[in-house]
Amino acid sequence: MKVLYFAWVRTTIGQDAETVSPPPEVASVDDLRRWLCARGPGHAQALGEPARLRAALDQEHVGFDAPLAGAAEVAFFPPITGG
Amino acid sequence: MSGLTLTRLSAEPLDPMAEWAAFEGRRTGNGAVVSFLGQVRADDGVVALTLEHYPGMTERRLEALPGAARARHGADLDLLVVHRVGRVDLGQPIVLVLAGAPHRDAAFAACRFLIDRLKAEVPFWKYVHRADGAGHWLAPPRGGAG
Repeated sequence: MKVLYFAWVRTTIGQDAETVSPPPEVASVDDLRRWLCARGPGHAQALGEPARLRAALDQEHVGFDAPLAGAAEVAFFPPITGG
Repeated sequence: MSGLTLTRLSAEPLDPMAEWAAFEGRRTGNGAVVSFLGQVRADDGVVALTLEHYPGMTERRLEALPGAARARHGADLDLLVVHRVGRVDLGQPIVLVLAGAPHRDAAFAACRFLIDRLKAEVPFWKYVHRADGAGHWLAPPRGGAG
């Protein structure tokens, strides 16, 4: 599974993407977020507060309770600020 | 009849008059056009913004906007949305929306719909460059995306 980071999530973690293989018990977007927090202090800082984050599954906006269900690409980012 | 659709991300400076001329040259002959131009605002020491996007998702979300606008405000709308990516200096355009319709009500409504939906749904993030060399990621205003 490919995980993408944008804006301050990207700069805090220090990378824009990584490929991960979480264990089967990581079933939802929030499970994945918590599992990624254990990868290092940058991950824990960037991903520690879900209220500050938004997520997308295969490039569609989703809530944190969404099942991963074989998704190929998951993204974590701050609320958007375009326009 | 479906109208003209032009959506694009631009890594180059956005020239609103050139975009408008191209739009006029190709559209299907509606009677009114409403425009929205978003520019880099002179907030507290801001000298530029850098617009980050999600390659793939940003384009898909942008391309979905005209269909949603037509479903609400008329199948014959002519619509243009061009949004900058990369660094944009103070006062320069970030986004241009043009909505052409037979009459002004639909043109105003469609233009408003497009910019509001863009701000809520299309992934962009603004990094603020300040005159003193510092910078920070812009937070959305309270109550939702900016």
